[in-house]
Amino acid sequence: MNTQILKVNGLTMDFGGIRALNSLDLDVNRGEIVALIGPNGAGKTTFFNCITGIYAPTEGEVYLAAPGSDTSVSLKGLKPNQVTEKGLARTFQNIRLFAKMTVLENVMIGRHCRTKAFVLGAVFRNKATRDEEQSILETSYAILQKVGLEQYVNEFANNLPYGAQRRLEVARALATEPLLLLLDEPAAGMNPQETIELEKLIKEISSEGQSILLIEHDMTLVMSLSDRIFVMDYGKKIAEGTPVEIRENPAVIKAYLGEDVDA
Amino acid sequence: MLLIKELKKALGVALWFVFLTFPIMVIKVDPIERIIRYRWENAAYVAIVTFTVYLVMSFIKLRKLRVTADKKESKPSRNVIHSILNNKKQLAVLSFMILAIALVFPHFFSVYQTNVMTTALMYVVLGLGLNIVVGMAGLLDLGFVAFYAVGAYSYALLNYHFGLGFWVVLPIGGALAAIFGIILGFPVLRLRGDYLAIVTLGFGEIIRLILENWGEFSQGPSGISNISRPGFFGMDFSLETSIMYMYYIMVIGVIVTIFIVNRLQDSRLGRAWIALREDEIACQAMGIDKRKTKLAAFSLGAFWAGLIGVVFAAKTTFINPASFTFLESAIILSIVVLGGMGSIIGVIIGAFILILMPEYLRALSEYRMLAFGGVMVAMMVFRPQGMIANIRRTYKFEKQK
Ligand SMILES: Nc1ncnc2c1ncn2[C@@H]1O[C@H](COP(=O)(O)OP(=O)(O)OP(=O)(O)O)[C@@H](O)[C@H]1O
Ligand SMILES: [Mg+2]
Repeated sequence: MNTQILKVNGLTMDFGGIRALNSLDLDVNRGEIVALIGPNGAGKTTFFNCITGIYAPTEGEVYLAAPGSDTSVSLKGLKPNQVTEKGLARTFQNIRLFAKMTVLENVMIGRHCRTKAFVLGAVFRNKATRDEEQSILETSYAILQKVGLEQYVNEFANNLPYGAQRRLEVARALATEPLLLLLDEPAAGMNPQETIELEKLIKEISSEGQSILLIEHDMTLVMSLSDRIFVMDYGKKIAEGTPVEIRENPAVIKAYLGEDVDA
Repeated sequence: MLLIKELKKALGVALWFVFLTFPIMVIKVDPIERIIRYRWENAAYVAIVTFTVYLVMSFIKLRKLRVTADKKESKPSRNVIHSILNNKKQLAVLSFMILAIALVFPHFFSVYQTNVMTTALMYVVLGLGLNIVVGMAGLLDLGFVAFYAVGAYSYALLNYHFGLGFWVVLPIGGALAAIFGIILGFPVLRLRGDYLAIVTLGFGEIIRLILENWGEFSQGPSGISNISRPGFFGMDFSLETSIMYMYYIMVIGVIVTIFIVNRLQDSRLGRAWIALREDEIACQAMGIDKRKTKLAAFSLGAFWAGLIGVVFAAKTTFINPASFTFLESAIILSIVVLGGMGSIIGVIIGAFILILMPEYLRALSEYRMLAFGGVMVAMMVFRPQGMIANIRRTYKFEKQK
């Protein structure tokens, strides 16, 4: 039985002369919460951009488990929307909601890749289209309830408080029914109260069997959530292991605290 | 305090402008008398005008700052029209009234007025078509008139060579324009904003230049004349009835267009267009196929232009490339921008204002374009979001659990 849901081999990304990712290996198992940490500019967001098809990596392979089978599919060369369709959904570090759409519509957009209606369906509104539209509405609302945003359904996304916007990003990604959910610093800019609520939310989603790969700077959050942690610096993986192992790892301490500390 | 500071600044700016314009505005060399004249009164005018303009501008800027500060907490503003749109009953009554007026209109007004109204209705449809591309999908298309030309020439040529009638060519013209929309769409899929605008502008000009220069195909600048008016089961109309007939065709056309565009906007595809406009990268990351969505917008927008092109050819019975210049694209774009991007009702009102206003401003004779421009500028300063900003549909859910 293949339990790996994501497998990344030797991922390398060059921007002109800068090697932002250097032969990175990473894997996530079904149902796990895996954290990806590292100092600013380590290449974490670039890693997300590479596996979701926003950047084309210079080298390396990305495999995602095919839903309901033991095989996996290569994500190499796929467009971002195709990657999402295959089951990888993400949030953005710098919030990218659809500002002039309502909260509900933002989540409904997430349902796009799981539904079909096109021009003719829209114009003639046949039974199939109406049913589909109804199911989009219901699923989206249920997701909003799950992340606790149902009181905002009809607000414009950019009128939401900051913490709520981050949760909406999560809701929108969840609406695509991902096999693996990628969260890029979901707690960034949140106050302690919001962070605690976010932690509860991530635990809840995870308890329902959702696999999660998380980039985060808040170490308390990372330590309490993750099953495994990958640490990177200057585009390279410098450590990997359980939270306890990572906390004691000298290379990690060095990367985070600087050269002269261990002297 | 603030006022004095602004006044001082305005004074500074005014003096600076007087200084800058001094050589051209004040000094005048008289080559005949061989003297230099100083026109000091011009310096005074420059100073006064600059001073006022600067003050007005800073006033507007201050007001805007205050408005955005206020807006932080408030909900999206809804005016009378929005509240009517949200009230099904009021909306039904209002549409019924408008429809009733539209139906009896030609019986109470002259043939000339009816003709003008038909033109306005045509621009409503053109505006709604371009609104799909620019307003909803956010793709700035400056060559929209090309599709209008495709429709018009489809009818003119098919009628001239094969004697095909209006009703046969109407769908053909729409379909051909939609195909052209896709053809234009492919190369510009990767372009955005200014670049997209420039390429579409070029496309519009290319179509016009082809029509102008490929004489064997399009009869060049002299155009095609004697195009048949729309028939009605083989009946022949007098000029007057046929103008009325054209008017009713357009009334029905507008109703159908509103119906379809409204459904499109409120569908999976419509949401995808708006998401694409809001954030292209996030849109793709949410699983929306950018190509398919953009091409759908281009071709559906072009489709309406094609239909109206056919109507235009049938209405005027004569077309030549001069009817399809960039100015035409600019007018249709102004309708969308003035009315409110993405707002159907806004575009309709925008079309009526922009088409009827110059018509009824004829009293101002040569100043009418100036007045027209002034209104446009004022509009953009005070309501940059257009007259009727688009509001999103709201949903009600039963409290569960
Ligand atoms: N499009 C790009 N072009 C050129 N360089 C880039 C590009 N995107 C990222 N980089 C570079 O790659 C490196 C890694 O950036 P990245 O955003 O992945 O860091 P990060 O680990 O997400 O940092 P942070 O914790 O601040 O979010 C940086 O040096 C950045 O300047
Ligand atoms: Mg980052």
